Amino acid sequence: MNREKERTPLIRRSGFQSLVASLLCIIIGLLIGYIVLLMINPSGAGNAISTIIENFFTYKKPKTQLKYFGSTLVKTAPLIMCSLSVLFAYKAGLFNIGVAGQYVVGAGASLYFALAFGMPWYVCLIAAILAGALLGAISGLLKAVCNVNEVISCIMLNWISLYLVNILLSQVKEPTSPYTFVLSSANPDAVLPSMGLSSLFSKNQYVTIAIPLAVIVAILIWILLEKTKLGYELKATGFNKNAAKYCGMKEKKNLVLTMAIAGGLSGMGAALLFLTGFEQWSCTQSAIPATGFNGIAAAFLGGLNPIGAIFSSYFIQHITVGGAYVDKTMYSAQISDLISSLIIYLCGFVFFFKYALNKRLDQRAEKKAALKAENAADTEEGGEDK
Amino acid sequence: MDKPYAIEMLNITKRFPGIIANDNITLQLRQGEIHALLGENGAGKSTLMSVLFGLYQPEEGIIKKDGKQVNIKDPNDANALGIGMVHQHFKLVECFTVLDNIIMGVEPCKFGFLRKDEARKKVLELSEKYGLMVDPDALVEDITVGMQQRTEILKMLYRDNEILIFDEPTAVLTPQEIDELMQIMKGLAKEGKSILFISHKLNEIMSVADRCTVLRKGKCIGTVNIADTSKEELSRMMVGRDVEFTVHKDIAKPGEPVLHVENLSVASKLHKNDAVRNVSFDVHEGEIVCIAGIDGNGQTELVYGLTGLEPVKSGKVMFKGKDITNAPIRQRSIMGMSHIPEDRHKHGLVLDYSLEDNLVLQRYFEPEFVNKAGFLKRNAIRQYGCRLIQQFDIRSGQGSVTSVRSMSGGNQQKAIIAREMDKDTSLLVAVQPTRGLDVGAIEYIHRQIVAQRDKGKAVLLVSLELDEVMALSDRILVMYEGEIVGELDPKKTTVEELGLYMAGAKRKEGKK
Amino acid sequence: MILLLQYTLIFASVLLLVALGGCFSEHSGVINIGLEGIMVMGALGGALVMKFMPGDTSAFMMIITVVLAAMLLGAVYSLFLAVASINFKADQTLVGSAMNLLGVAGATVFVKAMNTAENVDNVSSTIQYINAKKAFLVDIGGFEFNWFMLLALLALIFAYVALYKTRFGLRLMACGEHPQAADSVGINVKKMRYAGVLISGALGGLGGIVYITAGVSEWKFENGVAGFGFLGLAVMIFGQWKPIKIALAALLFGLFRALSNVYGGIEFLSAMNIPAAVYNMLPYIISLIVLAFTSKKSRAPKAEGIPYDKGMR
Repeated sequence: MNREKERTPLIRRSGFQSLVASLLCIIIGLLIGYIVLLMINPSGAGNAISTIIENFFTYKKPKTQLKYFGSTLVKTAPLIMCSLSVLFAYKAGLFNIGVAGQYVVGAGASLYFALAFGMPWYVCLIAAILAGALLGAISGLLKAVCNVNEVISCIMLNWISLYLVNILLSQVKEPTSPYTFVLSSANPDAVLPSMGLSSLFSKNQYVTIAIPLAVIVAILIWILLEKTKLGYELKATGFNKNAAKYCGMKEKKNLVLTMAIAGGLSGMGAALLFLTGFEQWSCTQSAIPATGFNGIAAAFLGGLNPIGAIFSSYFIQHITVGGAYVDKTMYSAQISDLISSLIIYLCGFVFFFKYALNKRLDQRAEKKAALKAENAADTEEGGEDK
Repeated sequence: MDKPYAIEMLNITKRFPGIIANDNITLQLRQGEIHALLGENGAGKSTLMSVLFGLYQPEEGIIKKDGKQVNIKDPNDANALGIGMVHQHFKLVECFTVLDNIIMGVEPCKFGFLRKDEARKKVLELSEKYGLMVDPDALVEDITVGMQQRTEILKMLYRDNEILIFDEPTAVLTPQEIDELMQIMKGLAKEGKSILFISHKLNEIMSVADRCTVLRKGKCIGTVNIADTSKEELSRMMVGRDVEFTVHKDIAKPGEPVLHVENLSVASKLHKNDAVRNVSFDVHEGEIVCIAGIDGNGQTELVYGLTGLEPVKSGKVMFKGKDITNAPIRQRSIMGMSHIPEDRHKHGLVLDYSLEDNLVLQRYFEPEFVNKAGFLKRNAIRQYGCRLIQQFDIRSGQGSVTSVRSMSGGNQQKAIIAREMDKDTSLLVAVQPTRGLDVGAIEYIHRQIVAQRDKGKAVLLVSLELDEVMALSDRILVMYEGEIVGELDPKKTTVEELGLYMAGAKRKEGKK
Repeated sequence: MILLLQYTLIFASVLLLVALGGCFSEHSGVINIGLEGIMVMGALGGALVMKFMPGDTSAFMMIITVVLAAMLLGAVYSLFLAVASINFKADQTLVGSAMNLLGVAGATVFVKAMNTAENVDNVSSTIQYINAKKAFLVDIGGFEFNWFMLLALLALIFAYVALYKTRFGLRLMACGEHPQAADSVGINVKKMRYAGVLISGALGGLGGIVYITAGVSEWKFENGVAGFGFLGLAVMIFGQWKPIKIALAALLFGLFRALSNVYGGIEFLSAMNIPAAVYNMLPYIISLIVLAFTSKKSRAPKAEGIPYDKGMR
């Protein structure tokens, strides 16, 4: 058993290449953001970009820092879930742009169960998962049975769910505002338990088990994809649909299942935010919450890896929250949206980047080999050149 | 009687890493003649045509048009020189009308607006002159394959092309359509067009061509006048040689039938005719039955039907006494059908998976590799992978965790063979198992296939290589235009006879 | 009722322009999910012109400049899609999604910066164009005619003629259906795809300015265009990628959208007491159902979404 093992150089490894590509996207995105800031007002640009990157560190007191770190984490949890949803579907060859709609129905289901039925948090959480899964499964079924492209059906379903949830949640809204009842007073049982976590973050009441839960789900998704039979089948289908068919995998069943799981993840993501009471749903909103779409960004930025998604989600949320701290007299908070959308855009070039890099490396290796061969020939002939 | 040459390709040599695709080939096309280009798969015909269209630059040799040397850098240059081609797979926009397809690229215009009346007039004139019946306003997707082909021909004529190349034009046509095409080609030649006719089919070449150039293994075997030759001679020129591979094998001891196919028909994806028509045969334990034939005569679809990749249109498939005509793929696999697919990248492998993951592609769901909770037993997969790697001598950079994409073609194929042979199989369906491999790998695979037979397994081998067919098979079934046209005993037949069957020049009614 | 007609026509104009935009891009072979972002950019271009043109500009000049600015900005912005998908073979869905987010974020940052520069206390992302907007309106006996309606009609005629009567259209559609065939007769596929995307950007941008001037006299850019870009895509699919059918689909969708604005004024509808959201939802539900029944034999350009590789013949 002494098979010759060649070590792949670091730069050839796909994981490493993804990391480099993601970092490049971040750096270029931040750089362009900085340039935009410079154009708006050169005097405060440096300050503003560092504010965005610092986020909660702008506060002097460590205690306050911790509290706002907690807030960033609270909003990171749903983003992790959405990015998991996107990457999970993408691994099986589907583009789940419906993550936004699945997130919306998740919010609708969890809040309705909490406020209208007075259910405890775990029931609300499960309701959100099921609602998201149902919506995802509809897209999956439409593709499997009617051949409707999942991107198109998801876009339609995004808007249908937004309006549906607006109608549904209007029944549990405050009479004088468009917002749903405050969760902690209307139904304290529905608030996700903190299990003492909030005290770790200077009594930030919104820090709950949502955060560890999201991380655990990310790990579970990683395990599902890497360690189980289902993951093996789904990834095989994503990589090569024909080979999956050839070895007898049930592609249509897997397609619906994939979309249902992806939908469940997004739905759960919404519950992890709305069941903390951090936000109330506005029943007049006419735009789909950006968290879903940001999930696309986080998924790609994380190199389509569940563990990578934890970090990329945090990063995107970090700069989004950081944007809120920039000097409002000069800049707007949306500068961080600008940066994160630039980063998604740049992620579109990652495949080309990897392709070009590998081609370059191949060429160089070939040249080297050719040179070696030439040199060897030279020495054999007793060439004078060194 | 000798007319001047319209196109001359002189001493063309084109090398690819590892092989010489065209070795000093000379092809001279006279003005107004129909010149056939004959050769087996891989003889170098398509490379030669790619050179003519500027897709490849030859290392040696020159091209002359009307006696003057020309330089063809890309297909547009070829078009400008009046060279046009009807591709085997038509390049037509399906939702456009016939007229739109014909004028596309050379549209008659005024201020950018199409002047279709002008174009229609010219098309109708041409279609009348050459007997090419088309409906200019019909959508391409609605018309017959024959009319689509006439559209392609009109496309060339509309551009006033003088040199017309037909690449296997009859592969997708019905017999009536073929007769029509032959008449059209003769008519075109009479009007002074020079025609290059690429084909495997000897009957057609004999009936329509003036001269024929034969290629074999990248070399030019010769150019003959059709009037002075016979089908037998052409066949000999095309395939005639000693069998190159010798495989040591004992006499077959066929046992019970394992696969029984009855009146099977499978629809085609490329055209409206059935790709497999009413085919019946048996494969027994301990024998290698070989489906021989030229590419595109229904072998691919036959295998798809047998393995369940495509639904069959009619007929019955029995496997070990059970009707599996409509059984799912997984069930066939569990029952003991192994399949080495024709296209290893499309079907056979998940290129981005590791070697070990590919090796369990047909077995990952078995209790040996997955526990009750649905978790893969990684250790078992690793061990199994390592065993197969050793047993079948699969070479790869990092052993069982190598990404299959980075492996050589030969080792990729070995991985498939290992996977398909190691599982408990009763029937091995192997489609072109040695395509694109070097001699060492080919020998190895041949030995493995014979070993399977000697273990008492049934083997159905689909091959385009005559050598392989002759060396391996215990029985040969020849497919031509979707039908089995002959059953031959490799010990009693010759390559020449086989060649005649494959080219549709001979056909046996009924089986022995 | 006149109000309903008026709203129907103006919303239909928006949808028609955007859907025709999508139609050009898809016929060239590029899926344009980013229309939403393109609309925002076009709206920004138009709104800026309306804000900064001197008050005594003639109505004609105003219309011309606003339209040109919207189309120009939309087209320039669509280059993001063109470069990424045509030259770098990027995932068109990903890039389009990014453009939607980028459009809103970019426009918001820009407008806020502009507002703050004018007045330190103004941190809103709103542009007002109360007076300039009047240039577009003509009152015909209670019916508020908007020149944009005419423009949409002209765009429809332009699209129909360009696609079916010109050399350009023939070649464009060939690139979306069978780029290999187009290439084999000497058509430059990349160039045609650029043309398709740029026209799509210009029309989408125009749709954007029409949308934000449709009912209101100021626009808060933070809100984007509330999914009208996606609705435009739905109209395009509903219209089977054909201009005339797209126009009919746009009218239908426009009617539903208008109903949600004015249903309170129509007795029997307000009596039914259906929430406005239902009217908003209806077009999407209908197109989803239609898609479910028609997608088996979709008329979508066959090569859309697939990067063209010259090597693959």
